[in-house]
Amino acid sequence: MNNKIKKILPQIITVLFVLGIFGFFTFNAQNNMDNRGIDFGFGFLTQESSFDVQFSLIEYSGSHSYARAYLVGLLNTLLVSFISIIFCTILGVIFGVARLSSNYLFRNSAAWYVEFFRNIPLLLQIFFWYYAALRALPVPEKAGPWFGVTYMTIKGYYIPSFIWTNLDIFLYSILAVIISIIIISTYAKKLQENEGKQIPVFYISLGLIFVLPALTFFIGGVSLDFEIPALKQLSKTSYVFDGGIGLPPELIALVLALSLYTSTFVAECVRAGIQGIGKGQKEAAASVGLTPNQILKLVVMPQALRIIIPPTTNQYLNLTKNSSLAAAIAYPDLVLVFAGTALMQTGKAIEIVSITMLTYLSISLAIAAIMNWYNKKIEIKEK
Amino acid sequence: MFKVIKKLTSFVAMFAVLFAFTTEVMAKKSKTLKNTQKKGFVRCGVSQGLPGFSNADASGNWTGVDVDVCRAVAAAVLGDANKVKFTPLSAKERFTALTSGEIDILSRNTTWTLSRDADIGLTFVGVNFYDGQGFMVRKNSGITSVNQFKNGISACTNIGTTTELNMRDFFNSRGISYEPVAFEKADEVVAAYDAGRCDTYTTDKSGLAAQRTKMKNPDEHMVLPETISKEPLGPVVRQGDAVWEDIVRWSLNTMIEAEEYGITSSNADSMKTSDNPAIKRLVGAEGELGAAFGLDNDWSLRIIKQVGNYGESYKRNIADPGILPDRGPNQLWTKGGILYVPPAR
Repeated sequence: MNNKIKKILPQIITVLFVLGIFGFFTFNAQNNMDNRGIDFGFGFLTQESSFDVQFSLIEYSGSHSYARAYLVGLLNTLLVSFISIIFCTILGVIFGVARLSSNYLFRNSAAWYVEFFRNIPLLLQIFFWYYAALRALPVPEKAGPWFGVTYMTIKGYYIPSFIWTNLDIFLYSILAVIISIIIISTYAKKLQENEGKQIPVFYISLGLIFVLPALTFFIGGVSLDFEIPALKQLSKTSYVFDGGIGLPPELIALVLALSLYTSTFVAECVRAGIQGIGKGQKEAAASVGLTPNQILKLVVMPQALRIIIPPTTNQYLNLTKNSSLAAAIAYPDLVLVFAGTALMQTGKAIEIVSITMLTYLSISLAIAAIMNWYNKKIEIKEK
Repeated sequence: MFKVIKKLTSFVAMFAVLFAFTTEVMAKKSKTLKNTQKKGFVRCGVSQGLPGFSNADASGNWTGVDVDVCRAVAAAVLGDANKVKFTPLSAKERFTALTSGEIDILSRNTTWTLSRDADIGLTFVGVNFYDGQGFMVRKNSGITSVNQFKNGISACTNIGTTTELNMRDFFNSRGISYEPVAFEKADEVVAAYDAGRCDTYTTDKSGLAAQRTKMKNPDEHMVLPETISKEPLGPVVRQGDAVWEDIVRWSLNTMIEAEEYGITSSNADSMKTSDNPAIKRLVGAEGELGAAFGLDNDWSLRIIKQVGNYGESYKRNIADPGILPDRGPNQLWTKGGILYVPPAR
């Protein structure tokens, strides 16, 4: 009996203590808000926001609600995180592998790259890309075309917009490609297991990806037009590009800074993963007659990924949270639009900060869940 | 068992501390004055650097008309206009800093609006600068009026300001599409506009005039003549402390009324023997006005002697540095302006 109490009592006290702290802060906040005549509530979300946002993925203007403004900020945060995660992964893998290269130049440039970008604070890098690098760009009327039809200017990167006819048919063809690739690879796996035959799945897939969508242009009635950005005069000395899609310089600077900074950490994860595989594994694989490509694909990578994925997940989470530094350079992300402007205009500090915190928590948990699922998929199946 | 009891007592002790803290927080209610006198300085929220209003020099001395309001309060309640702790705040942070009790006066070129006054636990005590929103453009753009703005214009501004809302009303009512580029700090807005990111920079006209002095080549820029909004700027206090609210309001009013009666920092002492009872009341030679706030009777005299009247403050901070030499609406009602305060009696 005495022992039981000894075990349970501290736990009960801890729970009570935690509840007490929460209770204290809630009580205190409520008390202070009452004293200052501040109401608590989420009714403001349906009110008209009456402020505009520079860049939005969905239709938005000041006549929409605060809830819509929240969505605009959230989508902008997801956009910048998504693009940066892709870039940082590509760069990270390249530099991680390069660090293990036998080529002196590759190995050392990669090492310099990693040491340089990961040891400068991220906020400074964001300021650098925004104020120093992007500001060195020409004003619209002096910008020469890149790749013929795109323009990089101080006011943003302007690319042609696509005008599709029968876009749905094109999308169906892509869906068909994905489904057939899945069927072919399943079939190929079975064929190998049952009869030991191999078919070149990779080349077949590659062919499908190009041929099927291309066919829709000839027989499916799909066509694609471009709206090319054109220079427009605003006043005697200032111009702007009209038409096409304009990517704001704030977005470009943020993507550059986030992906370069995070790619150095991903590169280190990749290096650690590859170095974590014993030399004997490769030698054994070679001795049973596997080609170098097969060794990488069938022996090294499956094992290396298990080491690479968990720390890389952390980097993705960091990147997403770091994207909130956007507020420093006017990129309208969740923090700037919702926890910034909306908070100021409504004064609902507690409500808005809680919503923003919960949102970041949910995004992080979602990324972690996806990565955990992938990690589970590739981990050693104990039989 | 003994160990468990020991743990228990330590928890109880922690709770006791927490509760003591709670009661302390509750007792602070409507005691801003007492706390200020106990601390020995006035906690004042100002801008992060707006010449003429609140700006720190290289050695950290704050000057400006907004700063002078806090100095006046310090002179009144503590006897020394220098006993002020200034906290620089961004537009976004300012109200939270005030409502959470980090500062006791917010004197940061803040526009008095209905929703701010009624909705978010703040009380505006008066107006120390009548302003309006305007636009700045490059001179070589050839634009001389807002009527020449065209679709696709990009406008740099601050987030969390009435500016953002006025800008939308303005462009919308004229059917002009525009690109708002909103930064958190004023310095970032200036840097972005100066570098050519935006075609125009919009904020309160006083702010435009002040920020123009920070540009690389101030002469290349001009403020357009149109004013698109009313921006009465003034000091703000937390809701729920009526006495403190009165102290701040009448410290500001004292400065304005002193100018009206011609009392300056240099002649304030000699005014004690004036024949005019209104002047005598202002310099504490007649009546018991300070008692209403729990202050001595020289509170207003100290404000005038140490900070000066409104006209002196304006001249020192805004007119002499060349920011806005013309007082415009910020002139006394007796001289064609709209500065008019209730009588101190």
